[in-house]
Amino acid sequence: MSDITRSDVAHLARLARLAVTDDELDVFSGQLDAILDTVGRVSDIPDDVPPTSHVVPLTNVLRPDEPAPSLPREAALAGAPDAEEGRFRVPRILGESQ
Amino acid sequence: MTELTRLSAVEIARRVQAREITSAEVTRAHLDRIEAVDPSLNAFLHVDRDVALAAATAVDDEIAAGTVRGPLAGVPVAIKDNIATRDMPTSCASRILEGWRPPYDATVVRKLREAGLVPLGKTNLDEFAMGGSNENSAFGPVRNPWDAGRVSGGSSGGSAAATAAGETPLALGSDTGGSIRQPGAFTGIVGVKPTYGTVSRFGLVAFSSSLDQIGTFGRSVLDAALLHEVIGGHDPADQTSIDAPLPPVVEAALAGARGDLAGVRVGVVRELSGEGNRPGVLTAFTDAVRVLTDLGADVVEVDCPSFTYAVPAYYLIAPSEASSNLARFDAMRYGLRVGDDGTHSTDEVMSLTREAGFGPEVKRRIMIGTHALSAGAYDALYGRAQKARTLIVRDFAAAFEHCDVLVSPTVPVTAFPIGERVDDPVAMYLADLCTIPTNLAGNAALSVPCGVSVDDGLPVGLQIMAPALADDRAYRVAAAYELARDTSSGTPFADTIPEPAVLETTS
Amino acid sequence: MTSTVDAAPYTVEEVCEHFDPVMGLEVHVELNTATKMFCGCRNEFGAEPNTHVCPVCLGLPGSLPRLNARAVEGAVKIGLALNCQVRERSGFARKNYFYPDMPKNFQISQYDDPIVFDGHLDVPLDDGSTWRVEIERAHMEEDTGKSLHMGGATGRIHGASYSLLDYNRAGVPLIEIVTRPILGAGTRAPEIARAYVSALRDVIQGLGVSDVRMDQGSMRCDANVSLMPKGSTRFGTRTETKNVNSLRSVERAVRYEMGRHAGVLLSGGTITQETRHFDEQSGTTSAGRPKETFADYRFFPEPDLVPIEPSAAWVEELRAGLPERPWERRARIQTEWGLSDEELRDLVNAGALDLVADTVEAGAPAESARSWWVSYLTQQANAAGVELADLAVTPADVARVIALVAEGTLTNKLARQVVDGVLAGEGTPDEVVAGRGLAVVSDDSALTAAVDEALAAQPAIAEKIRAGKTKAAGAIVGAVMKATRGQADASRVQSLVLERVAAGS
Repeated sequence: MSDITRSDVAHLARLARLAVTDDELDVFSGQLDAILDTVGRVSDIPDDVPPTSHVVPLTNVLRPDEPAPSLPREAALAGAPDAEEGRFRVPRILGESQ
Repeated sequence: MTELTRLSAVEIARRVQAREITSAEVTRAHLDRIEAVDPSLNAFLHVDRDVALAAATAVDDEIAAGTVRGPLAGVPVAIKDNIATRDMPTSCASRILEGWRPPYDATVVRKLREAGLVPLGKTNLDEFAMGGSNENSAFGPVRNPWDAGRVSGGSSGGSAAATAAGETPLALGSDTGGSIRQPGAFTGIVGVKPTYGTVSRFGLVAFSSSLDQIGTFGRSVLDAALLHEVIGGHDPADQTSIDAPLPPVVEAALAGARGDLAGVRVGVVRELSGEGNRPGVLTAFTDAVRVLTDLGADVVEVDCPSFTYAVPAYYLIAPSEASSNLARFDAMRYGLRVGDDGTHSTDEVMSLTREAGFGPEVKRRIMIGTHALSAGAYDALYGRAQKARTLIVRDFAAAFEHCDVLVSPTVPVTAFPIGERVDDPVAMYLADLCTIPTNLAGNAALSVPCGVSVDDGLPVGLQIMAPALADDRAYRVAAAYELARDTSSGTPFADTIPEPAVLETTS
Repeated sequence: MTSTVDAAPYTVEEVCEHFDPVMGLEVHVELNTATKMFCGCRNEFGAEPNTHVCPVCLGLPGSLPRLNARAVEGAVKIGLALNCQVRERSGFARKNYFYPDMPKNFQISQYDDPIVFDGHLDVPLDDGSTWRVEIERAHMEEDTGKSLHMGGATGRIHGASYSLLDYNRAGVPLIEIVTRPILGAGTRAPEIARAYVSALRDVIQGLGVSDVRMDQGSMRCDANVSLMPKGSTRFGTRTETKNVNSLRSVERAVRYEMGRHAGVLLSGGTITQETRHFDEQSGTTSAGRPKETFADYRFFPEPDLVPIEPSAAWVEELRAGLPERPWERRARIQTEWGLSDEELRDLVNAGALDLVADTVEAGAPAESARSWWVSYLTQQANAAGVELADLAVTPADVARVIALVAEGTLTNKLARQVVDGVLAGEGTPDEVVAGRGLAVVSDDSALTAAVDEALAAQPAIAEKIRAGKTKAAGAIVGAVMKATRGQADASRVQSLVLERVAAGS
């Protein structure tokens, strides 16, 4: 049985950069708990089964080191919430306490 | 429906290319149809009449000059809104990406244009393709043409409903756990998930990269096959793309419709075909299997015991990959930005934006995936799910040793009422029971309508699964079944799709 | 900011009275491929911001990575040069963490199956001995973008009010080379750190797979340092010092951290596990971001890239093509050419060693080759304000000129003119000789006639020579050289003069 608490949800939300509300902590802890109970069934599977990460039987797919056109800078910045001097403008990177 | 919007893609292509009608006329008819019924259905998130008509006119001009780009030149098509389009927004039905215009076309979109198809617009979906009912769209649920109170299925619900309702003859969707086949079944049309790696994912906004596959919708098997051949094939821009010829799916669809199924070995997957299905679904499925037998197929029962791990494994792998794939939506380079008022740091702006921009199902999955990949849980959850995947691959391999195709109901239920399951994610997840194994193993599968349920009169899907790179087998069986079905009922199933009720209020 | 008050740093000798230092060095090397790791954007330093970006390296929704074959080759070459094993099957993994310079908020890297592993580098030290540094692994990953921090006083991240991001560097191929803990170095730890990075730089430069410019960031070193009490085998808490941008800084940073750790520990304090920032000016380190206590990168296999299985034949082909190690080549050259340490150092400092060696390999005697490069060609390079290696003359050209002198076709003076012609872009040495008509007049009959003419013109001098004053021959030689516009071999003229006088001319 899993046992997802409000503080577990808060921790996951912090890792995933989700500023969840207090109400969400309640709702999600119940829902995540139920989901993890269902998916936890995979723990029955024996250790000696090898994992599968890719289903295509491909190896060594490589690209030749040949330049291709880049985007025009205006196109690269077109979707930016904010830009300045040809660069993406973002809020200060460190918080007040750092 | 006006006559033009009832036509199959094959027939539209024939008439346009024979210059009996113009692509512009056909396109206009579909745009008019969208104007008439989409306020009720909510299948489209973006339609640009001028762009679509300009594309159609260009194709008409080429045809007039003697150039036909391909078998579907001049035929309208709808594109799921998680596939990048240079001339239309790509929102993934999410607030976080609302209004974003990609500076590039997905490979499949480029191929559509090169083949002379006419994109009508972008279709609604569950946010980032996460869901099975289209209720997770930030822009409202898609309504089922059969019953506006019911879901269209998901996540490609917009593409499915649009095709079923005659808003488009063809549509593209994406299928990560059943997201083409399930809405195809719920709306009574054909939905195809090709073999993983045979249709480029370049330009498909990733949900779960190792499971996602772009596929097709049509109101007939042949229509879906023709579109499949347009979009399929090796693409160097997708390094998981298989460098091998596409299986001959059009040829198989034509062959199936000509011949019988003598000698074809069909396996009924016991784990997917029993009591878990609603009675009406099971009856329709059993009838369909009888038709296959009548067509000469050798039908046997097969066991795939590890399929019981499919839903748990899927709901670990898909959220895990999603938690990583969706990390890029962080308010820095594109999309929504919330809280940038000079007082918040990047970290805080990221968190506020993601909180405001993602819906609850997306948040749930991101958190599940974050948990499943975390150091303390990886071995017991994500790592274990990868082992489950191995077992499911083995079950398929064993079954395909003595079966050419496997069959099951596409979904254990029919389209359910909107709102019925929104607060119960686990119940929602179980609806993907039959479709998920194929995504985990990477093989091919499609859903073809097999009548309606006696319980509620809603359509039921027959799922036909084939080995990887043997998609043609599924098409052959589906086409043979489709013809027998329509012959026995006397009416093409596509013509029995009801006219959508125009809702009095749109909410 | 850190609240730790830095104790007065101890010298390494004082540190090692109480502690044994443990070092781990992580060196990131940017490969000099034409394009980035996973897209066709140019891998080029110094371009206008955000002009070498595309949907892939900007992490736009729907984009997919495409692995660059040359990057894999570079990684394997580096591994082989570091005596590593090449993994038969390796793959990429996603390292998940949020940071605005990383467009996808995950870095495509390698986790538990790096492409090369278990190697070593025998590092030459100043006293002529070597120190073996064990290499744990080297793996491929992608670089991040660059941030400009605005609105603060220092341009640093602290105090900035916003930042501006340039993603030209995002997706540039990186090889991260990780040592095993370096133990037992004692007071030599700082020197060994520097010597290791220096040797690594030379090896990689020799491979030609990276510019390895620490000043431009194409080689970057993170130095992990910890101290354990003498006699203990349990590692202490380590710090990771970043922003170490020169060989000298590597040494200084390790020395400073050793002293600082000792100060903290000896005054009863504890070391915080953290990232520290090296300041070139002061030679000190300061606390950077504290490592998130729950640092959990949630690695998992990159689903968009398939495994790499280098074939044994390909690996052997790369191994066979590996160049000699720079210091081994140096030692061999010194012995073979009989150079003093000072001469060798001059050659190395002038950047002439490889050029001379290549000239020798092209057939020239070592002494002539050395002389050409360190004197005449160095003067020309200085005059033109370019590096010696950037002169428009190849070692093969120089070897050819030396051969032409040896066979008597050119005098040294003519040879310099030929080299000038080559530098001026007039072609190969032979083309310049032909083009400028610079060959020595070696036709004895023509020379003899010129000598006879000069003797006849100056009978008094001819008489002096005949009387045994051979020094007087110089005037006749000069006249002949003038008459032939310098294209005669002066020593040949000299002997001809003596011959003709003796013969009674």
